[in-house]
Amino acid sequence: MSSETQWPLWEVFTQEGDAAPHEHAGSVHAVDAEHAMQNARDVYARRGKVVSLWVVPTASITASSPGDAGPLFDPGSDKAYRHPQFYKSPRGVKIF
Amino acid sequence: MTVSTADDPIKLAEFEARLERGETIEPKDWMPEKYRKQLIRMMSQHAHSEIVGMLPEGNWITRAPSLRRKMVLLAKVQDEGGHGLYIYCGTETLGIDREELVEQLLTGKAKYSSIFNYPTLTWADIGVIGWLVDGAAIVNQTMLAKTSYGPYARAMIRICKEENFHKRQGYEICTVMAKGTPAQRAMVQDAVNRWWWPSLMMFGPSDGTSPNSAELLRWRVKRETNDALRQRFVNLTIPQAQAIGLTVPDPDLRYNAETENWEFGAIDWAEFQAVISGNGPCNRERMAARRKAHDDGAWVREAAEAHAAKQAARSREHAA
Ligand SMILES: [Fe+2]
Ligand SMILES: [Fe+2]
Repeated sequence: MSSETQWPLWEVFTQEGDAAPHEHAGSVHAVDAEHAMQNARDVYARRGKVVSLWVVPTASITASSPGDAGPLFDPGSDKAYRHPQFYKSPRGVKIF
Repeated sequence: MTVSTADDPIKLAEFEARLERGETIEPKDWMPEKYRKQLIRMMSQHAHSEIVGMLPEGNWITRAPSLRRKMVLLAKVQDEGGHGLYIYCGTETLGIDREELVEQLLTGKAKYSSIFNYPTLTWADIGVIGWLVDGAAIVNQTMLAKTSYGPYARAMIRICKEENFHKRQGYEICTVMAKGTPAQRAMVQDAVNRWWWPSLMMFGPSDGTSPNSAELLRWRVKRETNDALRQRFVNLTIPQAQAIGLTVPDPDLRYNAETENWEFGAIDWAEFQAVISGNGPCNRERMAARRKAHDDGAWVREAAEAHAAKQAARSREHAA
């Protein structure tokens, strides 16, 4: 009974159109990668412009946790010199 | 889960402050147990409704009046199955397995939308379901696309994109029949007469009597009240009915120019209670059909597992 409908979980990523990034669409249950690919197509690519699919075993994903968000991402916001607005250029000069 | 102690008051205050700022709650974030429970209840009911909702329409796939209508209906019913899967996977992020949710449905422990316990007697019912039932679902799901729980909101955005086709095809069927022979006209009017009140009941009990509303609104799971959504649906739908010469079975219906609302008569909540507690016209039939589909699919699930095991063994052999 344990495997009745509870096959391993896979995360699905779809690329919607040429040159677009693969984006997380949702998940499917499947016995193996091939099966996951078929289910992902049926569930997440029934219409629209999906040109590519990735399926990844959910168990293989390492995710940051909300508690780490401070130490992980804080350094990103206190370094103003990483943004173009930090720099002054002479009035009237066209930089870009 | 251990004993149900009250949630940490500091964490609860932080959580409510986040909601106040309009932030979205994600699976790994701290949340009150009650929020998690309410979401599991609401999302799984919603997923079950999508799945059971395939039955009344599936009933007409083999009898669709043309190849075009059959293709459309097949695609729509397949979409509903997809909707169920999107929401089940969203619900699993709250720490419950789909298997457990499916079991709750099959054993009758879980509820699903009362609307799917009504029969589809004629082809016109397929038109009216698309127009009214999917129409009502769109009003509800558009609100839920802004719900505070991220995975639910994202599933709703995906679903809303697909629902518009469902409503359009239904309204098209109704339009064609309303412009057809007197018999076709009578058939579509009869279907509207039967589905109108159950469609209004889809939004759930009135705000005063809805047991979960206040908490769901406070935690921004719901963004609007049942009554507000119901009124929006009526305001949208009456002009659509008028445009194709159909009426709704409500002698008290009148337009209030001041509030710009179509005011409607009293809803028979006794009927609603009877249907959600298992005594609608088709409750038993629907559950029997779901159980049969589940049991009949057992060999497919077993075959898929056996195939995967064989493949895995073969690739191990290769590697050795
Ligand atoms: Fe749906
Ligand atoms: Fe739909």
